[in-house]
Amino acid sequence: MQYALEMRNISKSFYGNQVLKNVNISVAAGEVHGLVGENGAGKTTLMNILFGMPVIHSTGGFEGEILINNERVNIDSPRRAMEYGIGMVHQEFMLIPGFTVTENIKLNREITKDNLLSKVFGKPLRTLDFPAMRKEARQAISTIGMSIEELAVVAGLPVAHKQFIEIAREIDKKNLKILVLDEPTAVLSEAEAEKLLETIRYLTKKGVAIIFISHRLSEVLKVSDRITILRDGAVVDSRPSSSFTVSEIAEKMVGRKLENVVLPPHPKEPSDEDIIMSIRNLKVYMPGEMVKDFSIDIRRGEILGIGGLAGHGKLGVANGIVGMFPAEGEVYFEGKPYRLNDPSYALKNGVVYVSEDRRGVGLLLDESVEMNIAATAIEAFGLFTKKFLFMTVYDRKKIREHALEMIKKLDIRCKSPAQIVRRLSGGNQQKVCLARAFTLNPKILFVSEPTRGIDVGAKKLVLDYLVRMNREHGITIVMTSSELAELRSICDRIAIVAEGKLSAILSPKASDTEFGLAMAGEFQEVLQHG
Amino acid sequence: MDKLLEWLKRVDIPTLIIFLFLVALFVLAAFTEVSIPSLLSDSIRRIGMNGVLVLAMVPTIRVGTGPNFGLPVGIIGGLLGALISMQLGLAGFTGFWAAILFAVLICLGIGLGYGWLLERVRGQEMMVGTYMGYSVVAFMSIMWLMLPFTNPDMVWAIGGKGLRYTLALDKYFGRVLNNFLKFKIGGFEFPTGLLLFFAGVCFLVHLFFRTRIGLSIDLVGQNERYAISSGVNPNKARLVAVILSTVLAGVGIIVYAQSYGFLQLYQAPLFMTFPAVASILIGGASIRRASVRNVIIGTAIFQTLLTISLPVLSQVTRGDITEVMRLIVSNGMILYALTRTPKEAR
Repeated sequence: MQYALEMRNISKSFYGNQVLKNVNISVAAGEVHGLVGENGAGKTTLMNILFGMPVIHSTGGFEGEILINNERVNIDSPRRAMEYGIGMVHQEFMLIPGFTVTENIKLNREITKDNLLSKVFGKPLRTLDFPAMRKEARQAISTIGMSIEELAVVAGLPVAHKQFIEIAREIDKKNLKILVLDEPTAVLSEAEAEKLLETIRYLTKKGVAIIFISHRLSEVLKVSDRITILRDGAVVDSRPSSSFTVSEIAEKMVGRKLENVVLPPHPKEPSDEDIIMSIRNLKVYMPGEMVKDFSIDIRRGEILGIGGLAGHGKLGVANGIVGMFPAEGEVYFEGKPYRLNDPSYALKNGVVYVSEDRRGVGLLLDESVEMNIAATAIEAFGLFTKKFLFMTVYDRKKIREHALEMIKKLDIRCKSPAQIVRRLSGGNQQKVCLARAFTLNPKILFVSEPTRGIDVGAKKLVLDYLVRMNREHGITIVMTSSELAELRSICDRIAIVAEGKLSAILSPKASDTEFGLAMAGEFQEVLQHG
Repeated sequence: MDKLLEWLKRVDIPTLIIFLFLVALFVLAAFTEVSIPSLLSDSIRRIGMNGVLVLAMVPTIRVGTGPNFGLPVGIIGGLLGALISMQLGLAGFTGFWAAILFAVLICLGIGLGYGWLLERVRGQEMMVGTYMGYSVVAFMSIMWLMLPFTNPDMVWAIGGKGLRYTLALDKYFGRVLNNFLKFKIGGFEFPTGLLLFFAGVCFLVHLFFRTRIGLSIDLVGQNERYAISSGVNPNKARLVAVILSTVLAGVGIIVYAQSYGFLQLYQAPLFMTFPAVASILIGGASIRRASVRNVIIGTAIFQTLLTISLPVLSQVTRGDITEVMRLIVSNGMILYALTRTPKEAR
């Protein structure tokens, strides 16, 4: 069969970590191919390969071949990809805010005409032909059924319009053959999304092959001719969409063989009788992870998981509670009202946080292991200090002793407590973060993405340590993670966040289908499992 | 051999180059008729004289706002303190300590205002500081003429109004520190009091950075978001750092003046900043990291270089190139440090 695009046996690894394994995907002209998968399943990497992004080539290229119209091609730069007629609508807007709609659509493909200077000095000095550009921009916008003023400046437009301008720009490319839409409906309302789906159908009639990436499963099902499901960098299923149901896709997206780890029992079973923290209508203004209206009761002594898709606000919850990002809402801690937006208040009350941004927030990269472990405790509680003359100064000896103890306890692999943290591996850096948190004697510990970017062995150690802190020291743990498998392996309950709101609270034993549906925000009822 | 290589790797390259240059100058000096003992005692005196001013760079660098290019702001505070002490007719150590006390009080106030200003221009501190220095010096040039000082030693002899360009301190606290416990070995003179004072201030600053407030300054400088998550208020930490730097500048100029024997007003404060910035950078600091150790090494190398190059090079080249070299070294050093930062920030 004649495919507009075929990607064969694509494999790619980043620093020895395989993210794509023998992936095959093909699209015929005029066909819509839905691509679904969890975060980190490899969708973006696959599309980066197709688009020749520098990040691929600077990390050692990839294996496999790409065929366009049955001809093998070598796409080594985004420019080359464009020459082959591949267009991409990005998740983040690639628009220049200060430019008008027309200028953005025609960026780098401006229509020009000769003038005196350009005749002497050559092409770069040709005048822009604004009337012609306007006309074509106008045409592209109306093709997608929008009425956006083509001379408006992009900065002030609503997000939905920006999304449509991105699409208009791709449509305007005369040689467009393959169009990749990466989460195009994420920022759109339902009516707008419907309009976008119509545009997609219009484009397919013109013979454009489309790869459609979305987390909204019902949309994918509605618009796609075929669907490919990626999980952990491999294709788990690829069939015509008519043979799928939403719950089937959800299951295949999430499903993993669960290791049946037997966790030690709780000293005292957590229950709704004993609530350590109660969150009501929490709003957090964290860019990219907005929490819109989140309420939950956290039981004393439990390990609560918070899951959900990227950008839906699961990371915002912990960041809001500890005061790293502006938050509002009603929170009660141990029955008393709790003050938001005050990191120092949080620490003093035993609310401790291990950031998802290890290198950006969690560590002093150029400081020693021991200082990283102790600095916060010195600041917040005046631990490890002594009187010297008339000043209270920190005590290197006490810090060293404590650091050595933590290094042993957590098996941090470092040359000495004085080693600089930047030189440690990701796993050991994470252990330093945990040691720092543990030094603060938390009553409740918020851990975000504790295993991101660390290898399998370290992952297990980190999770084991969290369980141990929970069981032996009775620390309530709220763990936010993109890896559902990891949440399911150690949590007592898992809260799923979708679109900034609590979508469901599930038992770790709930089915893959339930998790998939909850993440897509299509889980109708909020179940309170025990 | 391995250990030596390891040690060499840790030394900053510019520090090493300038140090080698210094050694070469000493070797050269041996072949000329310059008296090495007097060169050495000169160098040591200048180290103690300038040290505290260089120390003023530490707090702002460590809090992440770069060297305090607004050094004149603090210097003005110090000058005012010294002037008040003179106006009161206090002499000797009484005069000196009174000057320090007034200077600290005035600098606390000025530093608060200056810190408030810098907070409004986050990320531009170095540039705004430089201009702030110029503005304050210009403004004070007017004020020196208007302020109601009446001591006949201080005001212009003719007219009896307005302060002089340079005020002799002989009758007040000139060289009190230098002469305290001073001893001589042949041609070599050791200003014990001066160095003791410098060492004391160094030790206090070193201790300060081991307190909670000092640590909060460090945390903000290294990773502001880590600091926030540790319950530190970064704005407050920056304010404290700027105030401390201003106070050190005020104390620094008094130490400088007592050693020099004269108080210099009007444009003089402007010429203090760049050598101080250059000194700490030569000592191995970058515009994001600095320690008391960098201050001591840097001041020692930079001041020794200046003292030695004048007599030695003037004999060899038969011309005065010291001033030129001072400018090349100090400005070149600052330029080098500024170009180096973007890489370190990542």
